[in-house]
Amino acid sequence: MLNRSFRLEIRTPEKLLYEGEVTSVRAPGVEGNFEILAGHIPFLTALEVGEIRIREGDTPQLLSTSGGVFEVLRTGVTALVETAEWASEIDVARAETALERAQAYLAANEPDLNVPRAEAARARAQNRIKVASNL
Amino acid sequence: MRVVAAARLRRAQENITATRPYAEKLDTILGHLISQIENPTHPLLERREVKHVCLISVSGDRGLCGSFNSNVLRTTTQRAEHYRENGADVTLICIGRRTHEHFSRRGYDITDAYVNIFRQLEFQTAVDVVHEFEQLYVDRQIDRVEVIYNNFKSAILQTVLVEQLLPLVPEEPEGDELFLDYVYEPGQEALFEMLLSQDLNMQMWKVLLDSNAAEQAARMAAMENATQKANELIDELILQRNRARQTQITTEISEIVSGAAALEG
Repeated sequence: MLNRSFRLEIRTPEKLLYEGEVTSVRAPGVEGNFEILAGHIPFLTALEVGEIRIREGDTPQLLSTSGGVFEVLRTGVTALVETAEWASEIDVARAETALERAQAYLAANEPDLNVPRAEAARARAQNRIKVASNL
Repeated sequence: MRVVAAARLRRAQENITATRPYAEKLDTILGHLISQIENPTHPLLERREVKHVCLISVSGDRGLCGSFNSNVLRTTTQRAEHYRENGADVTLICIGRRTHEHFSRRGYDITDAYVNIFRQLEFQTAVDVVHEFEQLYVDRQIDRVEVIYNNFKSAILQTVLVEQLLPLVPEEPEGDELFLDYVYEPGQEALFEMLLSQDLNMQMWKVLLDSNAAEQAARMAAMENATQKANELIDELILQRNRARQTQITTEISEIVSGAAALEG
């Protein structure tokens, strides 16, 4: 029971990022992190900015994501995420630049600043740095 | 140039194909949710009297691609005039340098412009554009959003399309009798709201990819035409040169012959 595997797909608007048989997947739901094992009931949830951790064999694989939806069916599990990156491929220097830029915008707080957008950019950059360091 | 455009076109077509797994799944889930929710209500579905219109005009950044840019500029102008005649005011979001230059010179009200985005297309750009007009729509500063762009039908056929983005027109759900309902987290309505936004992002992303592919195809055709015209011109000029040379030689020969005839005589 414990080691049963199921089919997982991670799809982004730019490509099919991952497909394969996994034994578990952990994802950042809007109501908290959750983990899916084989045989889960049909389930639909929203994901927020965070980390997706998949387990194919013994070593887990990590991805950062900016959120999306997560669907569990009897036939398999699909994550539809707007952006996702393997932890090993995250450009930490670029994420840090993005973080500094977002922080600078927020600190300057000019009247035409789009605060939700700057905050979202900051959250994405922080998450990418964090996921890369969890590797 | 033709070869470069052909290579870029291939990549642009691959990008369009790559969106399918995501787009199809999103449609399925959204269609399912719509069938579950009775009378879906959402600010983005709300229809109002059209007083303020936002047109998103998508052109390229560069020229040398036939009527690709001018078609979009013309259609955008027509739509803007149409709405003005009906008493609405029009604001523009310009995507691509050509449309931005054209309409800023003519004193249009431009909310925002995105230039030089096609060289390195990123999904985030689509998200940024959507975020912009979505907010204006929810704040009731605009009552309708349309996008004008070149639709990529095939390498030889591109047509300008006008599509309504807001208010959203929910598609009729397909019957899915065997489907077991999900456990939702958070509730159906919250998920529905989120998926609508994601769907809008996806529509905008498709528009950008389509326009990009159409631009490459148009440029490829324009370059092929230019090469053909240049070859015809070269042939014509060679013919002219040969004729001139022949005339000259004939004249010289007849001069020599008549000179010789004069000596003999």
